[in-house]
Parts: sequence; C-alpha cells; structure tokens
Amino acid sequence: MKRIDHAEASSKFIEATDHLEFHDRRLWDLRQKRDRETVGLAEWEELRTLASAIKEHALTHLADYLEQFERNALRNGATVHWATDAAEHNQIVFDVMHSRGARTLVKAKSMLTDECDMRPFLETRGISVMETDLGERIQQLDNEPPSHIVVPAVHKLRADVAQVFSETIGTDPNNHDVHYLAESQRQHTRPYFLAAAAGMTGANFAVAETGTVVVCTNEGNADLSVNLPPLTIHSIGIEKVIPRIEDVGVFVRMLSRSALGSPITQLTSHFRAPRDGAEMHIILVDNGRSERLGMADFWYSLKCIRCGACMNTCPVYRRSGGLSYGATYSGPIGVIIDPTFNLRKFSSLPFASTLNGSCTSVCPVRINIHEQIYKWRQIIAEKSQLPFVKKEAMRVAGAVLGSPTLYRAAVETAGAGLEHLPRFMMYNRLNAWGRQRELPAAPKSTFRQWYLKNRGQR
Amino acid sequence: MNSRDRILGRVRKNQPPVVPLPAVPTFDTDSGSLLERFIAAVVRMGGKFADPPADGDLGALIGRLFPEARVICSATPEVVGNRPLDQVREPAELNDVDVGVVRALHGVAETGSLWLTEVQFTVNALGFLAQHLVVLLDPTRILGTLHDAYGRRTDFDVRYGVLMTGPSATADIEGVLIHGAQGIRTLTVVLIPA
Repeated sequence: MKRIDHAEASSKFIEATDHLEFHDRRLWDLRQKRDRETVGLAEWEELRTLASAIKEHALTHLADYLEQFERNALRNGATVHWATDAAEHNQIVFDVMHSRGARTLVKAKSMLTDECDMRPFLETRGISVMETDLGERIQQLDNEPPSHIVVPAVHKLRADVAQVFSETIGTDPNNHDVHYLAESQRQHTRPYFLAAAAGMTGANFAVAETGTVVVCTNEGNADLSVNLPPLTIHSIGIEKVIPRIEDVGVFVRMLSRSALGSPITQLTSHFRAPRDGAEMHIILVDNGRSERLGMADFWYSLKCIRCGACMNTCPVYRRSGGLSYGATYSGPIGVIIDPTFNLRKFSSLPFASTLNGSCTSVCPVRINIHEQIYKWRQIIAEKSQLPFVKKEAMRVAGAVLGSPTLYRAAVETAGAGLEHLPRFMMYNRLNAWGRQRELPAAPKSTFRQWYLKNRGQR
Repeated sequence: MNSRDRILGRVRKNQPPVVPLPAVPTFDTDSGSLLERFIAAVVRMGGKFADPPADGDLGALIGRLFPEARVICSATPEVVGNRPLDQVREPAELNDVDVGVVRALHGVAETGSLWLTEVQFTVNALGFLAQHLVVLLDPTRILGTLHDAYGRRTDFDVRYGVLMTGPSATADIEGVLIHGAQGIRTLTVVLIPA
C-alpha cells in the first residue's frame, strides 16, 4: 500500500489560496465559538475530568458493558450482530437488506461506515445508498471522502457545491446562493426518505444499562432515517458503549459545545426499541479497536467522542485540509488513530503536527493527543519508516543538539551562513523549511554571545 | 469461534487496569428563573414563542400563526387538526403536513431542549416530516440542566425519545446557518399549563 505523503498532498490544498483562507478562518471561528461556550460553564474542566473517567472506566470494563448492552438490546426487541472487521460489517448490512429484498438505504452520517468503505460495497451489489446529511451528501456526489468528521465538506466553497449539485441533482449552475443549494438538497432528498426500504445511523453513544443508541444531529436526518422505513440498522464501534443513562448527560453537555460552540445539537435522539411492525438491527464493530485497547500508550484514543475540536484548533489541519491526510480520520485525532490501521501507509501523519499541545487542551475527554503523536514518531523512527532525508537530518540534528560544543559552533556558523549562502543552498529539496517560506534574517549575535556579554560577568 | 466471542475474548485480554466509575454530581444550576433561561436558550437555538391565547382557543392561534397552512396534524387532544393520527397507516403519509402540534413532557433551561417521545408523537415522523412544529409546554415543567434531564432514568424506558432543540438546522455550506435542513423549518413553543 502506498505511503501517504501528507506534505505533498497539502501543497495542492495550499495552492488554492481562497479555499485555504476560508478553511482556516471557518475552523478557527468554530474554535472561538467553542471557547465562548466553555468559559460560560463554571464546571467545564470538572466535566472534562468526569467524561474522561467515565470513558476510561467503560473501556477498562468494555467486555462486560458490551454484554450488558447486547442483553438489553435483545430484550428491547433489537437484533444484535458482531463484526470483527470492515468486510464483515459490510456483509452483515448487505445480508440483512438483501434477505428482506431491501434495495434502497437512507442514512445519517457515520464515520464508522466511511471507515468500513461501506457505500461502494453495497452499491456494486445493487443497493442504492443515499447520504442525507448535507455535508456528507455533497461529498458523496463529488466522489470524495469527508474532509472533517463533523463538517464533511468544510473545504468546499459555495461555488464548488453549486457546481457539484448542478452536475448531479440538476440545480442552476449559476446560482450559488446557500439557501437555494440547501433547499434543493432538501427537496431532492425527501422522496428518498419516504420510499426507502431501510434506514441507517451510526451512534454517538450506546448505553449499556438500557440498550439505547444515542445519535446527535442538527438536520433531523437521523430521525427521518429511523422513523420512516420498516427496517433500521445502527452501526456502532465497540468503544461507544457507556455504562448509564446519566452518563449521556455529561457527554451531551460537551459534544456540541466542543464541536460547533452550540450548547447542544438540534436533535439528540434515543433509539431503544423498534416501532410496531419495524425491525431494528445493531452491528457492533471491532475493526482494530480491541487491538488498540491493548496498546499501553495508545488505548486512550478510544475515549474520543468525535467532536472535531482538535481538528479545528490544529494549525496544521486548518492549513492542509482533511483530505491531505488520505485517511477516514484526519487532524490530530486521525494522526494518532490512523497508524493503528496501517503503520506504513500512515507513517507520515504523526509528523503533520507542531506538537503545540492545543489539541490536548481542547479535548473534552482529556486525550493526551500531542503526547501520543510524539510517541508515534518514536515508533516510526525505530521501525525505520522515516524517509531518508528526514532520517539523515534528524541524525545530524541529534548529534549537534546533543553536544554543547557542536551546537554553539553550528549556531554561530549558521548565523553567518544565512547571510552569505547562495539561495540554492537554502531553498532546495533537502530543506523542507525553505519551501513555503523565506527564512528570517539571522540576528547579529547568538543568544549565548549576548548572554556572555550582558550577564556573563555577574 | 464466532465473531462475538472472538471480539469479547480479545477485548477481555486487552483491557487495561480497571478505572473506577465516578458518580455524576448535580452541578449547581445558575441563578435566575428557569423559565427566563429556557426562553433565552430556545430563541438562541432558532426556536420561537407564541403567547398562549387569552380565550384558550389554540386552533385559532395556529390559524393566525400559519395562515397558509392546509394540513394541520395534532398529536395532543388540546388541538383538533384536520389529519387524524389514528388513521395513519404508514409514517410517510404525513409528508403533506404543514403544521404538526405536540405537547412536550418537559423542557431543559440549559439548552432550550424539549423532551418528546413516541407517546407524545403517536407517529414519530410527525416531528420531522411536518414543515412546522408547534410544541405546547407546561411552564412549570422546566428542568435546570441536562444532568436533571438524564437523571430521570425511567423517562428513557421509551422506545424512542428525542431532545428537540429549535428547528432542523445545517451550516454545512460555508458555515451559513439554514433552518429547515431536512426536518421542520420552524419550531414554535406555546407555554400553556397541561
């Protein structure tokens, strides 16, 4: 499998400057809205600690809670399936639908079904799949994966959406009005809701004590997907199980505040049992999660509630776009999850970070994201997954930074060098720092020279 | 070995050392009246309020609020619409409803949410297929925070329950806020004792 080159992929995103500027501004706006909400809640930091502890408790007792959830779901009249990997998940969805002659599926947004690459699997077997979340639908129609786990089409401008819609659902290509575009999707989608043979959602939380599937949306599309068709399927990653109904309150207070800076999503829906005459299927999906649970340094990533706050705050994500990560999960949380799926393919991702720690400080469940990023770098370096140039540069840097004498000599000559070296020596393939930026002018003296002169005599 | 046992076996083997389950405290609610905070939160989330009619005629109020409406479907006996729910066989039949009417069990001051279940809706799709939704709420039935709502354990023994907060919304294109993404375009709360 080909290695993802994050830096190379980002360069394409960066070329489109109007997109880049909007993307950066829009996500930073979400971060600021999040900040306003969290400072307005005196117990915010306490909630983070509580949320983290509930998740750690659930994950360290996960097998028991999964069994309890299953027991209650069965008692509620749901059918429970277990899938070890993506292929088994997709096959279960197909079998459930096929055996009932169901050929049309309306679905709410689910990162898990994206992770499983479910759509193409079903579509090549004669089942049509309609994404009903606006952002996810835009991405489906444009044959692109979501670029953000909460706002899937955040990298597109209205003109891009107008073009996609005009080519696919027949809107006026010259009408870029956002209200017109959203209304067109509503009108286009409604008949599919009414006629669909099956509906599908993911899950934000699965409650062990009641067997409830909790789904948070703003559009109401999950409620339409479940409350109309006679057959519904909920795909759930095994790490989504939490013990009690009262725990849901803790997470719901934090989810949309962290994601969008709103106190709650417009709809927080609780699906516990099928309607009269309807069927409810639940698929519990592992796909690498049980293995991750056994990784001493990385199991904390399973606490993630998929709010996207770490993405919105990350300067690298905001300026490179989610698609440049080449994975279902992008941004800081993706950087620490993706290597567990395929270390070689995603070995460049832990380097898509400045290690500033902002992701960790906004995470509502206190995942130590930047520390995990650093640990992945160590593993990747040990397993020799670093490109040659970076490895050599790091080897030299290690030797220089490890020796005060070498370091002083290097800094003093570098200062002189920056002023006199010809451009081709600084702005070339080997110096990644010189690619998108001019190096700053070197100061007249090094800090050490300044210190010895001004403070050294005391 | 089947997938269930394989997954549970791997999870059991890999579970890290146990962490205890914390109690969820009831955080002290803000000062100020629950009703005022509830009203502010509903408005912030895009909902509206209509004053309860002095003569108690809710049907006439809905007629004044939605003069264009042809199909009115009520799930509460306090309003008589022109689309009886007991004759609905398939939820999709409610697609032509202009105004749905339902009474919520309670509201949440922190977020402006309304707790609605299959008992209140009769047909759940009413809350999503209708173009507009009018929700009646007893002003004495407003809880402080989401902890209060999720502390009512038996409320969740329903098959379907939703905290509905304002109308359906999206900001998926350039962050522009649109009401009426897929579900209701407007949500109007009428504070009127049950």
